Amino acid sequence: MTAATLPNRSPAPSVAFGAEALDAILAASPAPAWASDLRRAACARLTGLGLPDRRDENWMRTDLRLFKPAAWGPSRSPDAGAAVEEGLLAEAILSGELVDTADGSGQRVAGRLAGRFTSLDGHVMREELDASLAAQGVVFGSAERVLAERADVLKAHWFSLIDSSKDWFAALHAAFHAASVVLYVPPRVRIADPLHVVAGLTDGGVDTSHVLVVLGEGAEATVLTETAGGGAAGSTGGFHCGGTEIVVGENAFLRMVNLQNWNTGVWHVARQRAVVRANGRLQWTLGALGSRLSQVAQDVALVGRGADAQVNGVMFTEGRQQLVFNTSQHHEAAACRSDLLYKGALQDRSRLVWRGMIKVDKAAQKTDGYQRNDNLMLSKTARADSIPGLEIEADDVRCTHGATSGRVDGQQVFYAQARGLTADEAARLVVAGFFQQVFDRITIAPVREALARAIGRRIRRIS
Amino acid sequence: MERLVIRGLHVAVEGQEILKGVDLEIGRGEVHALMGPNGSGKSTLGYAIMGHPAYEVTSGTIELVAADGTRRDVLAMEPDERARAGIFLAFQRPMAIPGVRLADFLRHSVTNVRNPDRKEGEELMPMREFRAELKAKMAELSMDPDFARRYVNDGFSGGEMKRAEILQLAMLRPGFAILDETDSGLDADAVRLASESIAKIGGAEMGILIITHHEQLLEHNVPLRTHVMLGGRIVESGGPELAAELHKKGYERIRAAYPDAAAAERAMEDAAGVAGRAVPAGAGA
Repeated sequence: MTAATLPNRSPAPSVAFGAEALDAILAASPAPAWASDLRRAACARLTGLGLPDRRDENWMRTDLRLFKPAAWGPSRSPDAGAAVEEGLLAEAILSGELVDTADGSGQRVAGRLAGRFTSLDGHVMREELDASLAAQGVVFGSAERVLAERADVLKAHWFSLIDSSKDWFAALHAAFHAASVVLYVPPRVRIADPLHVVAGLTDGGVDTSHVLVVLGEGAEATVLTETAGGGAAGSTGGFHCGGTEIVVGENAFLRMVNLQNWNTGVWHVARQRAVVRANGRLQWTLGALGSRLSQVAQDVALVGRGADAQVNGVMFTEGRQQLVFNTSQHHEAAACRSDLLYKGALQDRSRLVWRGMIKVDKAAQKTDGYQRNDNLMLSKTARADSIPGLEIEADDVRCTHGATSGRVDGQQVFYAQARGLTADEAARLVVAGFFQQVFDRITIAPVREALARAIGRRIRRIS
Repeated sequence: MERLVIRGLHVAVEGQEILKGVDLEIGRGEVHALMGPNGSGKSTLGYAIMGHPAYEVTSGTIELVAADGTRRDVLAMEPDERARAGIFLAFQRPMAIPGVRLADFLRHSVTNVRNPDRKEGEELMPMREFRAELKAKMAELSMDPDFARRYVNDGFSGGEMKRAEILQLAMLRPGFAILDETDSGLDADAVRLASESIAKIGGAEMGILIITHHEQLLEHNVPLRTHVMLGGRIVESGGPELAAELHKKGYERIRAAYPDAAAAERAMEDAAGVAGRAVPAGAGA
């Protein structure tokens, strides 16, 4: 799957995002015509769209001044193949928890995974699905391939949830998505083991991957996506412009985890939206540790009676990282529940913004909506903004929100020190305790452990 | 036998001197009681021994003196180093650490205190071994094992906090334990239970300084010496009868006998009244 290498990374791409580049991509693509048409339409819009307007409330706290659109182009073939991929897999924080390395022979073996999909710089490196699941009609793998095979169930959902005409990033993603992955679980099929998706970047690489997950009525699955690599702050960095669409069918249950752990030179822009149908359940966890700048929209729409969404956020920022999250819990049907808890810890001069909205339509009586954001400041120079919001048109609802911001208490640290823990251990413990409340909600042990470990490694002496 | 030796200790909090020359010596296996009116500096002594950063030692020494005469300078140690050297403070108002289970906290704590040279990140005491020991200790202290699964002091009642402190004392088995009003906020039965527990935990290896207003805690822990603190100094020391006298009759005789210390007490009260609470929040008096 790897082609010729391009050893030199120049600041300007050899090919720009545009119609010509797209034609070249589509000529080599096995994707069906209807999917290519969507791309061409998005590409046509791209030229007329600028970067998002900072007067837009979702973008006003996102500093894009140093983002230069012209510096990026369609993903090229990766510099190196399998060796780089192996390195990124090792770097991916979930891999260590999911993959057993001790099989006696020292060989890396996949343990407890229903499927695996990895990509590097927008190129598919590996796609695997448990054969017994494939036999039950489960579809998992590269969108290029499966959209043609299963247009009957996928065409209706592909790019149906996220708006690709909103701004330059949205149109770019819709036109130039690559190494995209689809999971379709037929009605009543329950997948016990997780499916693991890793998107990797080399220094200066571009990732535009799209993720579509569709669960049929009564189906169950656990999807873990994570990112790794890219350049560190001060290098060429990297650029992720991604999108995620999730459809949870009636009575279906999806556990979705997105861990963003790029190196600190990567620009990360992601539009993510889920719809949950009647009595469907979604547990959606976002972990955000990396990137230079992140701009994430995480929207949940509860469209059928009795739908339930639990949204968890675990954020740790350091250096000069800037992470911005806009969340929406849209209650369109009656008797639905949504419960969002975002917890962030900030170190150094980093910045975290959360702007949340619970929107309740007139028809959505008996709504139970909750949103909360707690931030823990680990330095005096970090900054967090929490902006909760409610828009309620129904009259018989229970909607509440809350936000807190605090520091590690010196008295707590002294108490732990008096019991023999060093100041650093004490601070780590206090931070771990801070996140425990959200970890208690995440029912996937490897995710909890990987996040706790990754955060533990990042905490330095608290100032 | 190792001794904790305090000489001429002066301690200031936010620039105000609270301890004005304290001398105290405790040997392992000895029980001492420290009594005195509110604000006399008893808790300050406990915090200073443990190394609270807000309590500035302006002069004097605190040392651990081994049987062979080897001296260790406690004041040069960080609080966690003091804990690893065998000093323990049962807090009057312990801090809550939400999200951290008491058992996990204690496992960390026990590992460090028993392996003073452990580097951060090295293995903790094996879980199975730790759990067995914790279970046995909790049974000895008539504690519900579920208690250890709760978050450290988070939402604990006053009594539960004190029980948790006693459990930690039992697990850590320090050389020197300072119990800062471990009886405050407890009813008579709970004080009796605490008194019995402390007697069970102590022994020939542990020196104990019991800071208290009452004599009940001393029922099962008869002090070798009772010290009375007034105005930031230990003004009088005696046997167990002194504790009984102070409990019954209060501090009027002491104030009359030591007018300088009584004057210092009044001056400290006035200063505290002007400056608001002179001690940091949560630190006690």
